[in-house]
Amino acid sequence: MALAQQSSPHARRARSTSNVMLWVMLASLPGLLAQVVFFGWGNLINVIWCMALAVGAEAAMLRLRKRPIKFFLRDNTAAVTGLLLGLSLPPLVPFWVSAIAVLAAIVLAKQLYGGLGSNPFNPAMVGYALVLISFPVAMTTNWAEPGLLWENAPGLWDTLNIIASGQQSAVDAFTMATPLDHYKHNISSRTATEVLQHPTFGDGVAKGWEWVNAGFLAGGLLLLWMRLITWHIPVSFLAGLAIMSLAFGSNADLYAPLSMHLLAGGTMLGAFFIATDPVSAATSHQGKLIYGAGIGVLIYLIRTWGDYPDAVAFAVLLMNFAVPFIDYYTPPRTYGHHKPRRGLPGKNQG
Amino acid sequence: MTQLWDFSGGIHPAENKHLSTTRPIEQASLPERLILPLQQHIGAPAEACVAVGERVLKGQTIARVPGSVGVPVHAPTSGTVEAVSMHPVPHPSGMSDWCIVLTPDGLDEWAERDPIADYHSMDRDAVLERIREYGIAGLGGAGFPTNIKLRPPKDRKVSTLILNGAECEPYITADDMAMRERADEIVSGLRIMAWILRPERCVIAVEDNKPEAIEALKKATENTQTEVVVIPTKYPSGGEKQLIQILTGMEVPSGGIPADIGVMCQNTGTAIAVSRAIHRDEPLISRVTTITGRAVSNPGTFEVLLGTPVEHLLKQAGLDEQQLHRLILGGPMMGYTLETPGVPVVKTTNCVIAATAEELPAPPPEQPCIRCGMCAEACPMELLPQQLFWHSKAGEFEKAEHLNLFDCIECGACSYVCPSSIPLVQYYRAAKGEIRIQQAEHLKADRARERFEARQARLEREQQEKEQRKKDRAKAAAEAQAKKQAEAERAEAEGQPADDRAAKSTLVEEALARKKAKAEKAAASEAPTPTAPEAPDLEALEKQLSQATAKLNTMQSMLEDAKAENADNVEKLERAVAKNHDRVKRAEQALAEARN
Repeated sequence: MALAQQSSPHARRARSTSNVMLWVMLASLPGLLAQVVFFGWGNLINVIWCMALAVGAEAAMLRLRKRPIKFFLRDNTAAVTGLLLGLSLPPLVPFWVSAIAVLAAIVLAKQLYGGLGSNPFNPAMVGYALVLISFPVAMTTNWAEPGLLWENAPGLWDTLNIIASGQQSAVDAFTMATPLDHYKHNISSRTATEVLQHPTFGDGVAKGWEWVNAGFLAGGLLLLWMRLITWHIPVSFLAGLAIMSLAFGSNADLYAPLSMHLLAGGTMLGAFFIATDPVSAATSHQGKLIYGAGIGVLIYLIRTWGDYPDAVAFAVLLMNFAVPFIDYYTPPRTYGHHKPRRGLPGKNQG
Repeated sequence: MTQLWDFSGGIHPAENKHLSTTRPIEQASLPERLILPLQQHIGAPAEACVAVGERVLKGQTIARVPGSVGVPVHAPTSGTVEAVSMHPVPHPSGMSDWCIVLTPDGLDEWAERDPIADYHSMDRDAVLERIREYGIAGLGGAGFPTNIKLRPPKDRKVSTLILNGAECEPYITADDMAMRERADEIVSGLRIMAWILRPERCVIAVEDNKPEAIEALKKATENTQTEVVVIPTKYPSGGEKQLIQILTGMEVPSGGIPADIGVMCQNTGTAIAVSRAIHRDEPLISRVTTITGRAVSNPGTFEVLLGTPVEHLLKQAGLDEQQLHRLILGGPMMGYTLETPGVPVVKTTNCVIAATAEELPAPPPEQPCIRCGMCAEACPMELLPQQLFWHSKAGEFEKAEHLNLFDCIECGACSYVCPSSIPLVQYYRAAKGEIRIQQAEHLKADRARERFEARQARLEREQQEKEQRKKDRAKAAAEAQAKKQAEAERAEAEGQPADDRAAKSTLVEEALARKKAKAEKAAASEAPTPTAPEAPDLEALEKQLSQATAKLNTMQSMLEDAKAENADNVEKLERAVAKNHDRVKRAEQALAEARN
């Protein structure tokens, strides 16, 4: 009888990485649904297109790197990267723009750094930032006009055609700037009440956007409840953004109000799905708080005083840079020790 | 309600304890052979003190420890010593060690017994010695000699004595069943320990998944000061450090022992053993062990004679060999796999799990770490397991140590939750081992270097001494030469003032002489008695001469010393010697004149 030889522990929880990623995808469904309902089929087409391309690119790269393809594809992380890009990109963005974003994410930001677990930057945000800088017009004007899907958006076939043709002129009839963009560019010459009359804002905070954010918030709460993410990053992210907004932008006639910051952009998607990407985030609780708060603060700074209407990608990438530093200085206090041991060995011993 | 604290992290794995709690503790049958390892405790191994072929009685000491750290081994039943030989023992490495093999004769004949009627009248040290003599080492897992643990450092006062009945690991029910059925013995053992330690507080801690045990203990502790504290079920609440935190809110300092904060933990099984040693005069020859897992049809908890081979117990529990996939000694979180079921039950064996492949399947292949941090959420020591993993894997041991690798208690919570199926604890064990090897090698290298340096220094010193001696000889020869020469010169220069000072002093002396002569003349003119002044004068002059001679001798020896040392005052001394020489001469002359 050959007995199995195994190092302890012998019992294991049945929750694999692929399982975790699957749940992340499922948790994004409410947000995606809201996107489809309010902005048409574009996001759904983007999501499918990006996911398929991401998985394909991952497989090709694994092949080039001579890694087991099936084994790594099964972890579902490439699919999640594709999904996040599909959710973040403008609904009517030309297919080649999203393709460049996906390829940059998977090939450059992930596989060239050594694949899953080795990438210092959030792959999806690398792809997003790249196309945002390279194709600003396509990236800022291809947001679909909000409205219920069955009322005024182009149909599935038309949307597919718009995305596939990649012709900017084809989409002008259905698109407008995002509410954050609109607010920022008009508040200098008008009062808040006047700005808010624009149809993009609707009756609530920002037509459609509020539901999309609510959807991602709901999905995020599901992830929290399932303990797939911890509260630290989303809470400090939102708190950082809110505190900045209350401290500097309480006057709605000068700056976008807090409600708009929280519900009109990519805030909830960023807080619960993007900033929480564990690979490129800080690790300890304290580190996560700093990391999340940093993203929130940077988002406010860039949205308010920067040139870009939204800033989740830049803020996340900037904080990715800071992660190794944060990690060195925020270890928890280990049981039986008086102080956490910060810094590097041999220096600043605590 | 006693105040409880929480420890950070922790997990809730499937308990599977119901498998082995369905029936009372069962007496395991007598095996054909008992295999008794000489080392079942932490410390020096015992040495057999019986001869092969000798008949031994139940409870007879068959192996003793020569040093002070370690406990003896006793015969679990009467029989014949068949051999003292190497035999596979329960150890993660699957190694073999020296064992006494005993063939029971089935008579179960006790050696002479001498129960203590009232230990209170005894010396505490005598009770502690009895605990050692009766072979008691912690039954909870590590097997630390109980008598040593019960004697904390002199400057440490144990104010809280904790009996650990948490038994937080899945499957294991040995303590649970013993608490249910032997609560009185546990309390009696606790009393003995409390009498030795005199703590302010005695606590028996049990996880809330053992209601029967709690009930029994509460009954047994009625009208006593002992608290039975029910703690929430969460692995690893039974870890010593975690249990102390739960019950006291205090943390054992890193690298310290619980006594440092006035706490001591003992296992409930150990309490039973202590009670039996004192009240029944029964050494530690058997223990309660759980035989469980889905590869046995009749899992349960057994009273097992130490030395009983595991395979014998498995047979009694109805092992289905076809189903057996993995054999674990201990629990599924911290236990280790056995290579052979032939190893014996020892003092620390609390559980054997005969698991099927479905029950504890082989882990899926390791995936890359995605830094999800679930491990850090689960870690009861508040470590950063993922960071420790990277550093351990990359061989950056300094960084791993910096992040408190050695505070890891290897409870396995991190590996349990890891979604990437990384055997984290295995990496830590490997890193710890590697660091220990490095440290040992460092020490060795340091010692070698010290030895080498000491040797170099010695050789150099010897060389120098040799040269010094050579030099000294040469110098002595040169000195002798110089002295001879100097003496010759001095002989030539005799009578002449050696220098200005000498000339001055000569002048002074001449003046004095003139004055003296004048005075003498005056005295002569006054015509005193001719002999009377002569006698004291003579005496004084003699004294002067002897003083001058002594001084000359001193000066001469000083000069020689100075020459030997090659000092810079040689010249000066030479002059001084010459001067003194003159003085002696003058004194001699003066004396001679006076005598005339």
